[in-house]
Amino acid sequence: MIKLKVNGKNQQFDGDPEMPLLWFLRDELNLKGTKFGCGFGMCGACTIHLNGKPTRACLTPVSAAANASITTIEGISPDGSHPVQVAWQELDVPQCGYCQAGQIMSACALLAKNPKPTDADIDSAMNGNLCRCGTYLRIRAAIHQAAELKASAATKPAKAGAKASGAGTNFAPRKSGKQ
Amino acid sequence: MAKINRRSFLQVSALAGGGFLLGLYSSKAAALAQGPQPAALAPTDFVSIASNGVVSITARNPETGQHSLNMLPMLVAEELDVDWKQVKIVRAGVDAKYGIQFTGGSTATPNNWDAMRQVGGAARQMLIAAAAQTWGVTVGECSTTAGSVHHKASNRSASYGELAAKAAQMPVPDFKTLKLKAAKDYKIIGTTTNDVENKDIVTGKPIFGIDVTVPGMLYAVFHKTPVPGGKVVSANLDAIKQLKGVRHAFVVEGKPRPSNFPNYLNDDPGLEAGIAIVADSWWAANSAREKLDVKWDEGKWAAQNSADIAKKADELSKQTPMRTLRKDGDVEAVFKRSDVKVVESQYVFPFIAHAPLEPQNCTAHFKDGKLELWSTSQTPQTGRTILSRLLGMPEKDITIHMVRGGGGFGRRLYNDYMCEAAWISKQVGAPVKLLWAREDDLQHDYYRSGGFQYLKAAVDASGKLVGWHNHFVGYGEGETFAHSAQVDGNEFPSRFVPNFVLQASVMPLGIKTGALRAPRSNVYAWVYQSFIDELAQAAGKDPVQFRLELLSNAPPAGTQGVMNAQRMMDVVKLVAEKSGWGKRQLPKGTAMGIGFHYSHRGYFAEVAEVTVSANKKIKVNKVWVAGDIGSQVINPGASENLTQGAVVDGMSEMLQEITLKNGRVVQSNYHQHPLVKMSQTPPIEVHWIKSNNPPTGLGEPALPPILPAIANAVFSATGERIRTMPMTKQGFSFA
Ligand code: FES
Ligand code: FES
Repeated sequence: MIKLKVNGKNQQFDGDPEMPLLWFLRDELNLKGTKFGCGFGMCGACTIHLNGKPTRACLTPVSAAANASITTIEGISPDGSHPVQVAWQELDVPQCGYCQAGQIMSACALLAKNPKPTDADIDSAMNGNLCRCGTYLRIRAAIHQAAELKASAATKPAKAGAKASGAGTNFAPRKSGKQ
Repeated sequence: MAKINRRSFLQVSALAGGGFLLGLYSSKAAALAQGPQPAALAPTDFVSIASNGVVSITARNPETGQHSLNMLPMLVAEELDVDWKQVKIVRAGVDAKYGIQFTGGSTATPNNWDAMRQVGGAARQMLIAAAAQTWGVTVGECSTTAGSVHHKASNRSASYGELAAKAAQMPVPDFKTLKLKAAKDYKIIGTTTNDVENKDIVTGKPIFGIDVTVPGMLYAVFHKTPVPGGKVVSANLDAIKQLKGVRHAFVVEGKPRPSNFPNYLNDDPGLEAGIAIVADSWWAANSAREKLDVKWDEGKWAAQNSADIAKKADELSKQTPMRTLRKDGDVEAVFKRSDVKVVESQYVFPFIAHAPLEPQNCTAHFKDGKLELWSTSQTPQTGRTILSRLLGMPEKDITIHMVRGGGGFGRRLYNDYMCEAAWISKQVGAPVKLLWAREDDLQHDYYRSGGFQYLKAAVDASGKLVGWHNHFVGYGEGETFAHSAQVDGNEFPSRFVPNFVLQASVMPLGIKTGALRAPRSNVYAWVYQSFIDELAQAAGKDPVQFRLELLSNAPPAGTQGVMNAQRMMDVVKLVAEKSGWGKRQLPKGTAMGIGFHYSHRGYFAEVAEVTVSANKKIKVNKVWVAGDIGSQVINPGASENLTQGAVVDGMSEMLQEITLKNGRVVQSNYHQHPLVKMSQTPPIEVHWIKSNNPPTGLGEPALPPILPAIANAVFSATGERIRTMPMTKQGFSFA
């Protein structure tokens, strides 16, 4: 019997200990936010936090998560209010959206240890997360924006609609007047 | 043709949408009869207004990431004259009453631009009629703003919510009599709206095909013949059935793919032979699959190898081409002239796979002669037709729910996984979620076709392109090209060169080919625009100047669907201006390149600036895009996102290949079929020309020019021309 915590709740599993965490989360706990993209550690769609560290759930057997604390996309905020989730929506990052849960999990882990990352910091933290639709420029801009949201939330009440810093990104303005 | 004029565009769309109009009206009663929603207005199947003013608008297209779920309702809402904040978007089921339900070929905009605005305009007229009747005034005295009707003379107003019940009784106006808004009055069209499902995406809600769960559902894997057309001889099914969690394991005999389906709108995949394993969990099914021991009859394609194909293409290139597709003037005579420079080149490109990030999947439930499916198909209506044929059941007994797809790129135009899921569910008599592993996806695709392009052309002493000969060696049989693998005699630069020949030879092929985002264009643009760069060099001209001169040889207006030279010149000039073409001093090893391409009614020119290191690592410093997709860019934010994504996608294609060994695909996962990463993605500036043409689609046309733009920049930086894809074959990669 394997015991672990998922999004703060105690869970247990007595099935095949070799089953990757990905399938335990998706099909046993019905947490469908964590995605299957390659099953091979190549795409990052299945990124979760294992004791706070971004981890590929498709390569992690449930047994390796025994007594660990797991956070999935469903667990980073009760209502989509995590600054990363807010920035993602404000900048309309997704195209198909399939990679984005994994992207967000990597981004949250980055900001937890580096509250003001540079473009280079972001690129190196995010390079294992593929986006088949190519939304990388918006992901990078949204991470900068989330960093600002977090910083301003720490000093004063959160202000909605903070602008992307765009620092060094060349992220063209979303809309400049009527087109 | 120069441009699609307004009148002919309307005619085309009326033809294509004939069923749509009928369906729209006939379903009025059905929609009204839906039950106790007292004040719900349902003048059409697309709009319903609750008494509290919430406006529900139904989006009829499948969504795989193009924002059509937003775009179609934006058109309705604009003409309905409501505030976007009032709008709730509802995803349509698959039903003839909605008309065309199809996402592909960049058609969402052309198929819906008129139709959806008319739907909104008609609903607005009915609301006005209701108000006018209530107040005893004429319709002409009433106006609307953001969800209300007004009568100015008596200073009366009523909200749409208040009028909804009465408006539902009003006659539906003739679409032809509707007066739609002037563009200057648009409040929603041309303004960014964020994807309606963003919140669900960022919170991990189960909105994708792979997330579908139905009660009692089992999980399936389908282990298909590794060589197309193979058959199962025997398999250790008894042992497999003993494995933990496995409920069923059986042979699927398969059905041959009918050969007479020329394109994705009616492609019938048949059914590949293989072993289905159905278990309590997908993990159990897939683990059991690893223990499978199958003896295959591999059939007639088992000896096909990429190396042999290349050899055969080389032989064919030296023989008389099998077919001549276009012949203008006398190109042989031009090549013999003493005052011309002749350039000869060959370009080779591989098969590549779609590989959307969400692997193919479908949930199917066959019960009591009826079939219910949850599918990410881009062509659900076609899907239903082929399912009816495969299972021998009437279409009316098949219900398809559209579910968000994690990327399409053309892969979900094909319904093979849908057929497999339905077949397996019928066999086991339970709801089944079929999920392909990534390996299944890469090895059982409808691949972007590979090919071999042999080119020879001449420029005269004044630097003018005077002769062009192109022998294309591709795939097919006899007079038929493999699916989405043809060349077209209308492709640029035909018509712009007085002496022009296009010929083709084909080789047989076992694997399936199909439409991948900007089919054919996604690689021919690289071939032709690279070769045009070679010719510019031979002519001693600047690449932009040479292109503009070539485009200025515009032939007389041709047929619809053929590039308009003026629109293309305009985007070329714009991208040159924005990128500072020829105006900026660049360090050694850094250079710019340009490419343009017309496809899917869209005009795009792109410039890339690259720096290439001694070990052939290409850093793309920046990309500029100029596009003309007509008079409106309906959702600017989403359009920029999609355009930047097209550039990134095109870059990935420069790294990818699918090869064959012993009839089977060699590549199995993303490590062998890579995608560009964030650190490799350049800043991408997007600029639009709003030309006086009907708005057209954006899913595809922004992609093709980026390949030649980068390849031409690499040539300028290094003197080495990329003539083989993937470019890694020449030692190039992205830094
Ligand atoms: S599914 Fe785990 S890295 Fe791709
Ligand atoms: S948004 Fe589609 S894969 Fe990233």
